[in-house]
Amino acid sequence: MTPANSSPAADSLLRVRRFRWWEPLFWLLAFVAPFALPSHALIINEIAIVALFALSLDLILGYTGIVSLGHAAFFGLGGYAAALFAKHVMPDPLVGLAVGIAAAAVLGALASLTIMRGTDLTRLMVTLGVGLVMLELANKLDWLTGGADGLQGVVMGPLLGRFDFDLYGRTAAWYSLTVLVVFFLIARRIVQSPFGATLKAIRDNRLRAMAIGIPVTVKLAQVYTLAAALAGAAGALLTQTTGFASLDLFEFHRSADVMLILVIGGVGWLYGGILGAIGFKLLQDVISSVTPQYWTFWIGLFLVVLVLVGRERLFRPWNWFRK
Amino acid sequence: MLTILFDGVAYGMLLFILAVGLAVTMGLMNFINLAHGAFAMAGGYITVLLMQRLNVPFLVCLPLAFLGSALLGGVLERTLYRPLYHKSHLDQVLFSIGLVFMAVASVDYFVGSTQQIMQLPEWLKGRTEIGEGALMLGMGHYRLFIIAVCAALTVGLQYVLTKTRFGSRLRASVDDQRVAAGMGINVNIVFLSTFAFGSGLAGLGGALGAEVLGLDPSFPLKFMIYFLIVVAVGGTSSITGPLLAALLLGIADVAGKYYIPKLGAFIVYSLMIVILIWRPQGLFVRKGGK
Repeated sequence: MTPANSSPAADSLLRVRRFRWWEPLFWLLAFVAPFALPSHALIINEIAIVALFALSLDLILGYTGIVSLGHAAFFGLGGYAAALFAKHVMPDPLVGLAVGIAAAAVLGALASLTIMRGTDLTRLMVTLGVGLVMLELANKLDWLTGGADGLQGVVMGPLLGRFDFDLYGRTAAWYSLTVLVVFFLIARRIVQSPFGATLKAIRDNRLRAMAIGIPVTVKLAQVYTLAAALAGAAGALLTQTTGFASLDLFEFHRSADVMLILVIGGVGWLYGGILGAIGFKLLQDVISSVTPQYWTFWIGLFLVVLVLVGRERLFRPWNWFRK
Repeated sequence: MLTILFDGVAYGMLLFILAVGLAVTMGLMNFINLAHGAFAMAGGYITVLLMQRLNVPFLVCLPLAFLGSALLGGVLERTLYRPLYHKSHLDQVLFSIGLVFMAVASVDYFVGSTQQIMQLPEWLKGRTEIGEGALMLGMGHYRLFIIAVCAALTVGLQYVLTKTRFGSRLRASVDDQRVAAGMGINVNIVFLSTFAFGSGLAGLGGALGAEVLGLDPSFPLKFMIYFLIVVAVGGTSSITGPLLAALLLGIADVAGKYYIPKLGAFIVYSLMIVILIWRPQGLFVRKGGK
């Protein structure tokens, strides 16, 4: 072993990259879950999709520091692209997934032009604007998208030509979980690479990142496209497993929800989005079974308390009395 | 043609009154307050409920809407907003989205989710037409009323900001809080009253606009983007910027919906994106501003 390899810095980098003991266990549990709880396969599927969506937002919010209020644009485009492809071209899920990812990535590359300049406020506005433009497009191009009625009659073919999507959603859950795990590993690899390090440098201080020679705009465009592709994959999974695409995919509350999910779980930590998705969906399930109509009130209250108290203190009560 | 222009101006003036409070909190205090529309909704509901349930005359409702929303704004500023001035923008966004969600669900719970109908007094219902053909100018009396009220408010606002002692205190507090505090200005009081006043204006705008924009619990979400556009496009260093932006937006929106209804709000959003890519700090920024 050369001395350079055993320096403390290299050691700590290696330690970060090592898998923790609980990680394989976590994924194993996730894959066993549809077996163990067959009646909950649908919600497991949903959680996996939302987790993938949150994972993609984490890449730009947690690791690059871009506050985006329009992430649903990519989610929705991926969803519509996959649904339209299945309806008009061919029903194979994997090809459809690729189409959804590609469509969202193209939009992400274009939209990355909007996040290069300006302040947080400007970025907030243009990302929100891109989301709304997509919503308007999906609404007005009703010959293609079905407008406000949504796109009905999306029938998926069997996965890999063998596994049919059933009503109980078990195939769907495994499909979504597999896609989630694949993209999680890719995202993990990316944030631990030198590319990920440059992203964090940009997040912490953009000016300094420029000064040490990081091509900030190029990196921003790359990570935004990547995040868009992941969000597109999540949207594609949703329309493929539900067989339905509607304007709801583009709605503002989707962008807000996914941000909330990420914040619940922890920003800048890839498992944050996944844990947040589990927490959020369970919370939603419980609250909306109590007050179906007004559950947004409690989510709002939760957000306000979360910000006022601080995430650190809310989830680690033993810190309450520590200064 | 002229009618569209007129309606656009009335709409723009209304947007300006609704958004100018946001220009202050967002631009001057550097707080991203997405919940601004909730104050406007409060004003709208105060007016509608007073008129429907207690038969209060319209002209009395307007100042009440202002006071009610200002009070609400003041209380919230003191209790919830102030600790967040120095938090990150992400925290502010989450917090204000949370407030919006709560406001929407509460109104839904207490008043119901149906759209509220506003009964205008008789003298505001008519319509005057001047000229003919392509140059015909049709002026709804209510829109004329809106323009008059908003113009008066704008002039008053400009006067307060530039000519009075309070205006100079506010500008001083905004430019440098520490120095202003050192000079003996009570920055907290200045910010509190400004925030309350801005919320009050939003409430007044909501009251005036309930008939034009429609009022239902989704109001804060539906119009959030419009307020934000006004502020972001107009820049936040003066009030003429947001005014011009609001007029531009009002005219573009009304004309767009009239001539190309198929595209709807698409035009406005695209226009905003293009403007913000072109000039990220807003269209009307003074040189050397922040």
